[in-house]
Amino acid sequence: MTEIQEDIGTEPSAGRHSVGRRRFLGYLIGGTTVIAAAELGLLSGQAAAKIPSAPQVFDAYDLSDLLTHAAQPTSNLITVTVNEDGTAGFALPRAEVGQGITTAAAMIIAEELDLPLSKIDVTLAPARPELVWNQITGGSNTIHAMYTPIRVAAAVAKKALLEAAAAQLDGVVDELETRDGVITDALGNSLTYGELAAQAASLDTKAVEVDLKDEATFTLLGKPTNRIDALDAVTGKKVYTTDLDVKGALPTMICRAPTLNGKPTKVLNAAEVKAMPGVTHVAMVPTGVAVRARTFGQCIDGVRALRVDWEDGPVAGESDQDILSGVKAAELPMPSLPNTPLAKTIAYDFTFWFRSNSPMDTNSAIADVRDDRAEIWSGLKNPIVTQQQIALELGLTPDKVKVNVMQAGGSFGRRLFFDGAMEAAQVSQAMGVPVKLMWHRADDARAGRAHPLATSRVRAMHAAGEVLAFQQSHTAVEMDLRHGFGEIVTALAADLPAGLGNLGYAQTIFALTSGIPYDFGVLTQTLNETDTRFNTGAMRNVYSPDVRTANELVVDQLAKAMGKDPLAFRLEFCRNERVRGVLKKAREVARWGRPMPAGTAQGIAVHTEYKGASACVVEIDCRPETVGRHVRDGVTGPRVMKATMVTDVGQVINPRGVEAQMQGAINDGIAMTLTSSLHLVDGHFEEASWDNYFYTRQWNTPPEIEVVIMDSNEPPGGVGEAGVAPTAAAVACAYARAVGKVPTEFPINHRDPLAFEPKPRTPPIPPSPTDGLRWTY
Amino acid sequence: MPEQTFILNGEPVTVDVEDDVRVLWVLRDILGVKGPKYGCGINVCKACTSHINGKAFNPCAVPVGKLGAQDEITTIEGLPGEVPESKRGEHGLHPMQESWLENDVAQCGYCQPGQIMAAVALVKKVRAEGRTITDADLDGIRNICRCGTYTRIREAIRDGEQRM
Repeated sequence: MTEIQEDIGTEPSAGRHSVGRRRFLGYLIGGTTVIAAAELGLLSGQAAAKIPSAPQVFDAYDLSDLLTHAAQPTSNLITVTVNEDGTAGFALPRAEVGQGITTAAAMIIAEELDLPLSKIDVTLAPARPELVWNQITGGSNTIHAMYTPIRVAAAVAKKALLEAAAAQLDGVVDELETRDGVITDALGNSLTYGELAAQAASLDTKAVEVDLKDEATFTLLGKPTNRIDALDAVTGKKVYTTDLDVKGALPTMICRAPTLNGKPTKVLNAAEVKAMPGVTHVAMVPTGVAVRARTFGQCIDGVRALRVDWEDGPVAGESDQDILSGVKAAELPMPSLPNTPLAKTIAYDFTFWFRSNSPMDTNSAIADVRDDRAEIWSGLKNPIVTQQQIALELGLTPDKVKVNVMQAGGSFGRRLFFDGAMEAAQVSQAMGVPVKLMWHRADDARAGRAHPLATSRVRAMHAAGEVLAFQQSHTAVEMDLRHGFGEIVTALAADLPAGLGNLGYAQTIFALTSGIPYDFGVLTQTLNETDTRFNTGAMRNVYSPDVRTANELVVDQLAKAMGKDPLAFRLEFCRNERVRGVLKKAREVARWGRPMPAGTAQGIAVHTEYKGASACVVEIDCRPETVGRHVRDGVTGPRVMKATMVTDVGQVINPRGVEAQMQGAINDGIAMTLTSSLHLVDGHFEEASWDNYFYTRQWNTPPEIEVVIMDSNEPPGGVGEAGVAPTAAAVACAYARAVGKVPTEFPINHRDPLAFEPKPRTPPIPPSPTDGLRWTY
Repeated sequence: MPEQTFILNGEPVTVDVEDDVRVLWVLRDILGVKGPKYGCGINVCKACTSHINGKAFNPCAVPVGKLGAQDEITTIEGLPGEVPESKRGEHGLHPMQESWLENDVAQCGYCQPGQIMAAVALVKKVRAEGRTITDADLDGIRNICRCGTYTRIREAIRDGEQRM
């Protein structure tokens, strides 16, 4: 950390209105144009232990360490480059998957550098192993971690440009003004950044001290701003992995087993399939049989024509109920609480079924594997681990594997893993040619990553108007975190707050994300995991949607037992000022407590994570005329008619982006509680289509959504996931109030008869329809 | 190999490919037109929505052999060409695309070409019925957005309807 405190009395925080003037150390990198850099370990906020969202590998460094290392500063740096055309470039070591971080990063640079947003070019950096664990996109941490480093780099660049201008204009830096990429002196002489770029370049790499812009003078940060990639998105020009043309990388798809994670043992008709129109290669890989062809359509035909002998996968023959029984058997005993006339205990056991984190853009990757090197292109939130693992698989050293990070069509946790990239590498190696691998939707839903099935038991004891104890015991199919989060936690175990260091990393992440923001006496939360046979992973907001749904339903029951209004009860017991703030605002904006017709109800829930707090109020309609709506091949059921999200995410970079993330999170939360789950039947998941896996659709989305963003002096927190848990919980609470019964399984429709006819498992992907012209409109 | 001829974004094209290859793959894998996206391949997600003779259709579900030489296929790339220049906005785009920009609808952006193509067809359809877009029309849109930007899609369609 290279923050230099000038004002001794100031807290070491980057609060927007902090008093002390803060000076930072950055670098000018030797080159032919301005290349300014800052160390990625610079934290935006307080250096409190917060893992994994802000790994503090650099915290132990002080100024003298950094000066010592100034001769070799290029390893852990992010750089802002000012080009001779007057633009500035920045290679973001994170993945853009829709959450808007390229726009936010561009805004931060534009603000600090005094350059129009349109002149900032943000690209995604390829795997940079020297960043160790500082190139993982997760935990909604990007802006929290990068706000200050990006500003420092931009400030260093601006300083170099100012010094060059001063020399050229025979002036002094203090008398120069910067605006929109132009530097002007008191006499009105001006030079553009482009004109100065070469002259301001540094011959050597050197450390530079800079002051950051006074936040009170910001003109762009905090203003609603449209995305920098919007024009590309609406014209079809935005390039995702499958849109990229890499020479020779022909379409490739995989034929998978009829049971989850089954393995191929023998291909019975490879020659026949290889002779099909367009098909160039057929090859067996560990996860199935790959078909490469001129078009993806011909890959689909080839996959469907393959006859393969399979070895059953590890859950062959098992169904949902078997897995649930296994999880229940792994539940640890909970300390018993009294239930007497004086001290009453409320007890609920909840079940959360498997949910899919599949995005629109399925697992896809391009791989060009040669004997002595390989290159990969994919949407990756964890490119360093990807590079290491693929190198290991291919028998190469990591430096021989270049891993390029592509823009991705959604993630929701999926792209923390690199299943597609690994498979593409295996296929390319097996076939000896480049491949553009794409998973079929059926693959992505059935064999992709799932949010683990879990139970959550909650026990709350209350007496005399107080809550004396609140226990939550969460038991789940193992969530796979072996993608880097785990390494961070392991590596930093010694630095963790007391008691955490001895836990496994899943328990650590659980403990660090699952707080209960109420004064409920003795709080106990535990996680126990079992069953490692599934393809699991974090899904947007990790454990919190389940944990908070279970919590908040019981909070409502505590309020009811004490004869109190749910929102008033939460305010009374809330021990977090920011949560209190969003609760009060939500009460007012959502018109909490307004009269609602029978069969409809409001629900309230809160959540605090990612250095912020959110409160969600929903209004649900469970009346028969709404529940019974018919939509062809769709699921209707109760509908959230209105959702109000009040969020305090700290300092806001882009309110328009925050609003978008909250709107999306609301739809995720609704799906998790009401409609979306995977059904394991006889060893495989049934869902193979978006008309099987019922993510929120237009007929489910609330006709009215309001997002309120609180003014905040706190450092910028996380945005992308913050809204999911409070929505999931608020919908559950509203549903319970509307129907007069606490739901205990989620989504609430999981045990209903399947709303679709399951697609066959052999062949593993459905045929391409031919009747498209029947459906024109 | 059979020759397939049709009109793509205002220009006649001829492609050598088997009759049963779906139009989506002819566009994407052979002609390099990448605006229509793959999201399911079974006419469910609607990410590939494009226009045939001015109406919305899903090229993942139409064998190319079913197209005639006079069939006009429009993808997102050719959408501005569906309106006269005087109707195009400040970016030179179709009014619905301009509305999409103004409303900052896209998140990951993957489904957005399909959403826009569906929106344009929907507005034209209800207009032909002599009415304007209702909540029920919006509820009936099948295009999936896994980022959940449905609220802005609804706002942008109503805005785009005014501009069209």
